[in-house]
Amino acid sequence: MHWHRISDSLRCPPGSLPTAADTAMHLHEYQAKTLFADHGVPVPPGRVADSVEAAVAAARALGGTGWVVKAQVHTGGRGKAGGVRRCTSAADVGAAARALLGSRLVTHQSGREGLPVGQVLVESVSAVARELYLAALVDRAAGRVAFMASAAGGMDIETVAAESPERLLLTRVDPAMGLLPWQARRLGYGLGLDKPQVAALGETLQALYRLLQGADASLVEINPLVITGDGRLLALDAKVNLDDNALYRHTELAALRDTSQEDARELAAAAHQLSYIALDGDIGCMVNGAGLAMATMDLVQLHGGKPANFLDVGGGTSAERVAEAFKLILSDGRVRAVLVNIFGGIVRCDLIAEGIIAAAREVALDVPLVVRLEGTRATEGLALLADSGLALTTASSLTDAAQRAVAAAAGD
Amino acid sequence: MGVLVDADTRVICQGFTGKQGTFHSEQAIAYGTQLVGGVTPGKGGQRHLDRPVFDTVHDAVAATGADATMIYVPAPFAPDAVMEAADAGVRVIVCITEGIPVLDMLRVRAALAGHDSVLIGPNCPGIITPGGCKIGIMPGAIHSPGRVGIVSRSGTLTYEAVHQTTAAGLGQSTCIGIGGDPIHGLDFIACLDLFEQDPQTEAVLLVGEIGGDDEERAAAHIAEHVTKPVVAYVAGVTAPPGKRMGHAGAIVSGGAGTAEGKYRALAAAGITTVRSPADMGAAVAQALAA
Repeated sequence: MHWHRISDSLRCPPGSLPTAADTAMHLHEYQAKTLFADHGVPVPPGRVADSVEAAVAAARALGGTGWVVKAQVHTGGRGKAGGVRRCTSAADVGAAARALLGSRLVTHQSGREGLPVGQVLVESVSAVARELYLAALVDRAAGRVAFMASAAGGMDIETVAAESPERLLLTRVDPAMGLLPWQARRLGYGLGLDKPQVAALGETLQALYRLLQGADASLVEINPLVITGDGRLLALDAKVNLDDNALYRHTELAALRDTSQEDARELAAAAHQLSYIALDGDIGCMVNGAGLAMATMDLVQLHGGKPANFLDVGGGTSAERVAEAFKLILSDGRVRAVLVNIFGGIVRCDLIAEGIIAAAREVALDVPLVVRLEGTRATEGLALLADSGLALTTASSLTDAAQRAVAAAAGD
Repeated sequence: MGVLVDADTRVICQGFTGKQGTFHSEQAIAYGTQLVGGVTPGKGGQRHLDRPVFDTVHDAVAATGADATMIYVPAPFAPDAVMEAADAGVRVIVCITEGIPVLDMLRVRAALAGHDSVLIGPNCPGIITPGGCKIGIMPGAIHSPGRVGIVSRSGTLTYEAVHQTTAAGLGQSTCIGIGGDPIHGLDFIACLDLFEQDPQTEAVLLVGEIGGDDEERAAAHIAEHVTKPVVAYVAGVTAPPGKRMGHAGAIVSGGAGTAEGKYRALAAAGITTVRSPADMGAAVAQALAA
């Protein structure tokens, strides 16, 4: 069997930034910091607040004369978007919380509509001497957990990798050995830390590794990890992505999910075991299988149209699910035509056709519908559609289907 | 001929008496696969689909001489099932199961490095050598024995590729679905090497998708080591960044893993690429006629 050679070079060669095996469930910063604290990663004193009063009370309880109020949203780029505010009085903290809570924060990563701010994290301000970057992630190509570190803290890691890859340090963990002390030493001395700081970094790395393994996280990122004025390490920010395939064994983590940060239609789809992602075109797509669904979107674009969505109706498709899929697609007011592309394998096309007919009647379909059926009992399925009396077009091939859908959306 | 499995391959099913295992075992038998038995702990000694049931893979291998297995056990138990099969010396392990935690697969992949077994999947349609052996969930009837080796990260998109090569009169030597998960067993490169050495395979159709860098590494490998014509299609040109497109591994993150990047790498390696998924069969026919 072919396995990729696992190189453990400290310097990450240009263009070889490990790609995280990304997953669906994201945590808020305050939730990630709770996990950090539980595992022994040092974090600033802080409290989460969901009201102005609670924010002011948090500032008073924390004491001191400097605080930072941070909007809790599942997106990056909060600082530049005004989602992180420094305050020097409790009144300031109240004003910052008032401005943020209940608003939608739009950042360069959040999309145009932004994300709702339901909580703020109030933290004591820390004196910062240096900013570092540190992450642990599942490196898909290597099949290893990789640690990445950079002296360029606060910078986007992709930017560091692209512009100054020599500043990015990388080490991968043998799962049988775990993270070894020498790996922590190489990263620490590579970052220019002194001996006590290297020891502290080693403890932080071990804590992150325990957290990643224990929580089934696919990414744990600290940007920035700072060295304080008195020489201590401190995680000023925290990002944790959890593997949703593993949530069945972490019910306490699954409960941390904040659906207000997710797309409403994607959530509705998931409730019906449909995989749906909204795009900005006008041709609705209903397809069985993720790969074929993507290919169908690509084909629509190739023929001059714009797909309105990704939708995988899955393998064991029922008439009921097809109906739900239609409702989802049509809930997007921009949709001007619907393209159904089904390759019947185990799924029988005649059953799909029955589902389409029932669904089209139930939802009073008022946009052109183009259907391509191929595979198991496709002829029977097409005959059912032809006899249904529905105003739909059947396509003779994949290309024909895409062309007809594009023409229909354009009103031709 | 074909690769990894053929008419002589003796197959068992893990999760044999469950709903999925039963259905797909019936389909495999109907296709002509030598399905010699199955494993369901606690049901050893019983018979199912007129075949023996065993408590352990070791028992099944000892009694039947099985050298391949198809795994339909639920995700929490699938890593254990894969390692049991590897320890029992099963040569080809096909894991259909979807939704295995990525850290479990990380450990499985590391542990398999000490075995001679080949893992296909997880989260894959399986492997079929048309006319000989079907291990997986693919519809047997669309296949025909022939000249094209197909390797793909997707399920239904593979069926599309199969359908087109059958319609073009080319047929398939073996079709391998390597699966949609970020950490998986057999990769494009290993499949390309197998197809390169297989006398029946005259051309390879590689069906990729967004996410990771499997296609980029395959491109570099083809340029150096593959003499047979390769045609590639990559799904997901229209996929928005940061969104996972159905498969756990299908995501563009931080500008890496894009379909355009993969097309560039494949083209740079001199590989024929098609932009339309409808053109896969025709492009292979053209490559073989050249």
